[in-house]
Amino acid sequence: MRFDKYEWTAISIMVFLFIIVGFVQGWSVSLVILNMCIISAIMTMGVNISWGYAGVINFGVMGFLAMGGLAAVLVSYPPIKEAWHVGGSGLGISFVLLIGLVIAVYFINKLVEKKSHKYWLNALVIFFGVIIIRYFFLNATNKIEEVDPALAGFLGGANLPIIFSWAVGGFFAGGVAFLIGKVALGLRSDYLAIVTLGISEIVVSVLKHEEWLSRGVKNVIGLKRPVPYEINLQASDWFINMVTWFNSSKLNQIMDPDQKQEMLNNLIIDSSSLFVKLNYAILFFIVMIVIYYFANKAQISPWGRMMRAIRDNEVSANAMGKDIVKQHLIIFVIGAAIVGIAGAMLVTLDGLFTPSGYRPLRFTFIIWIMVIVGGSGNNLGAIFGGFVIWFAWIEVAPLTTFLINLFTSGLDPQNAIRLHLLDSVPYFRYLLMGMVLLLILRYRPKGIIPEKVRHS
Amino acid sequence: MVDFINSIVVLLNFVIIPGLSYGSQLALGALGVTFVYAILRFANFAHGELMSFGAMITILFTWFFQSQNIGLGILPTALIALPFGILATIVLGLLSDKFVFKYYRTQKSVPVVLAMVSIGVMFVVNAIIRIIVGTETIKFSDGQKFIMKAKQFKVMTGLNEGLALKSSQVITILITIALLTFTFWFLQKTKTGKSMRAFSDNEDLALLSGINPDRVVFITWLIVGTLACVAGTLYGLDKSYKPIIYLNLVLPIFASAIVGGIGSPFGAVVGGYVIAFSEIMVTYAYKKFFKYLLPENLEPSSLVQLLSTDYKFAVSFTILVIVLLIRPSGIFRGKVL
Repeated sequence: MRFDKYEWTAISIMVFLFIIVGFVQGWSVSLVILNMCIISAIMTMGVNISWGYAGVINFGVMGFLAMGGLAAVLVSYPPIKEAWHVGGSGLGISFVLLIGLVIAVYFINKLVEKKSHKYWLNALVIFFGVIIIRYFFLNATNKIEEVDPALAGFLGGANLPIIFSWAVGGFFAGGVAFLIGKVALGLRSDYLAIVTLGISEIVVSVLKHEEWLSRGVKNVIGLKRPVPYEINLQASDWFINMVTWFNSSKLNQIMDPDQKQEMLNNLIIDSSSLFVKLNYAILFFIVMIVIYYFANKAQISPWGRMMRAIRDNEVSANAMGKDIVKQHLIIFVIGAAIVGIAGAMLVTLDGLFTPSGYRPLRFTFIIWIMVIVGGSGNNLGAIFGGFVIWFAWIEVAPLTTFLINLFTSGLDPQNAIRLHLLDSVPYFRYLLMGMVLLLILRYRPKGIIPEKVRHS
Repeated sequence: MVDFINSIVVLLNFVIIPGLSYGSQLALGALGVTFVYAILRFANFAHGELMSFGAMITILFTWFFQSQNIGLGILPTALIALPFGILATIVLGLLSDKFVFKYYRTQKSVPVVLAMVSIGVMFVVNAIIRIIVGTETIKFSDGQKFIMKAKQFKVMTGLNEGLALKSSQVITILITIALLTFTFWFLQKTKTGKSMRAFSDNEDLALLSGINPDRVVFITWLIVGTLACVAGTLYGLDKSYKPIIYLNLVLPIFASAIVGGIGSPFGAVVGGYVIAFSEIMVTYAYKKFFKYLLPENLEPSSLVQLLSTDYKFAVSFTILVIVLLIRPSGIFRGKVL
């Protein structure tokens, strides 16, 4: 893939901004922002695949991210044996009963001919089935939640390295997306937006309240890391040697051995935290590049061209024999799976899973602003949108403080308006996001890096 | 017989009256969403923030009147402040239309783009609200809190169960009835209302018959602003005002509008009550209710609750999904005013 001048400019501006932040606010801050930027870029690519390629709207970003986060917990957390012991059989029974219920309903629909009979029979079977399942299920979950509620109270996970959860997160989110898509994809686009938004709220509220599964609002903390811990780094010889080697010129200027040792210690602490963040950044960057590569390949493949045809003219694509419902479902699932991967990565980076932290404003609408601003239908645009918007989201606060101080410098420092404005600095980012979205939609509706239409 | 009356009182106190007042708030909100959808033809995600903005202005004026010692005695001061809030909300709606939505209307953009634009407006209004009043919970109801306390009712009737009647609930229901009556009268009987219905039914035909589209849009924002501000203020009076709540309220409101049949005002009102009652009825624990109805040996041991209250919001979306699957145009076959 070749970049044109315009795209090179966009990339170099971004690199330049990170370097400026590195020099002004410190490299640690710069790396923290970079990590979140990469994750945002992956989310944005996920949304961009369904919206930009095929015009399928997906306002359920928050729900898919939460599913990815759940995957991170279920994959990496050590299993809680006692919880399995007290509640495992009950859960197993209710699961088997649930499958039985589904099969029963399926056969009722197949075998019973008369429509009115069918509805009544269905309702009856489902009603009693749910009552029976609920009995076993609530019994089991209550027991599980009573196991050491302060520390555990849930089933735990599979005790595997957390990096596997990135793939599992994709599968979880894709699975949920498959169910949603089966139900909702026939709807008109603005209805679909509302429905996906609503279902994502349901997903998050399930994660919030089903404590046996996700520990709910009690949160899961202390997840494993795919990268070394700072403490271990600070104790290992190779790392100390590396830091000494990197800073040898600075260290050699100091003569006093005590001072030298103190400085070295400080340097080791600083660089261990930097090193960890850098490791995250490298891992995330690899994932981003891989997804970007395949997304681009897919876009220029015959399949991608078919998607564009469906997006631009559904009727004629249908007339050419393309199965629109199926293709919409496929692309919705793929997009959601990528969002799920990003969700697992997000939880990996934070090291904790907080279901109540998933809010639509932050995890659905901001991602959509990234897509629109970056340029829907262009993967580089999506990445750029993710980077720019997240960068602005973080950096707007110091900038606003600076601007408020500048404009109110004539006023008394205790002036009520000035103090109130300084208190509300965090809210200016919403203002900026709204303005950016409105301006882009008005004056550059295709986004900063628009889609390239290849005629081949 | 006494047991039967007791059980009815339990239901009235915990399900029907709260359901009526919450349903009225949803109905007013859904009516606003439906108006925007029918006339301006897009799903307005900013409606919740419009409600929040109206409530905020009302609160600011309430504070001003309270500081001037102007009040209504037993009624909340917010009622005098309400007209100012309505005015401000209408101005905000008209401004957003002039600077944002009008462009896309003249461009004949697809509804999804307009929905995106409304998200932009949502962010901006949200930011303005947070910058002005922050994110703290504000209680601004004053005057007499209860019309009838549970204890008074017990003494009055000699029943075991009490029936509490909050003044905010009664005010909500009364104002809703008045506003709905006015809106439907306006749509059915006045010339302007008829022209709006014509416009929503067939825009081109309406333009040909000499209906001024700018005037229709203007009137729409008048109505939408009024409904939004009243709904927002009533919700704030009833529960307490919190800027973040209104974003969560958008979804039940959309659900109400769609369930009733988006574009149909009557449907929006019915949808509002349907959503409110199902949210409350599905998550209410009927133990007490059955305790009075059933003989002693049959008394339920569990709470008799279909879903825990945690899933209150989930209920409305589930209904929304079911309705969209079975009858996508809603109960009252929407699309036209």
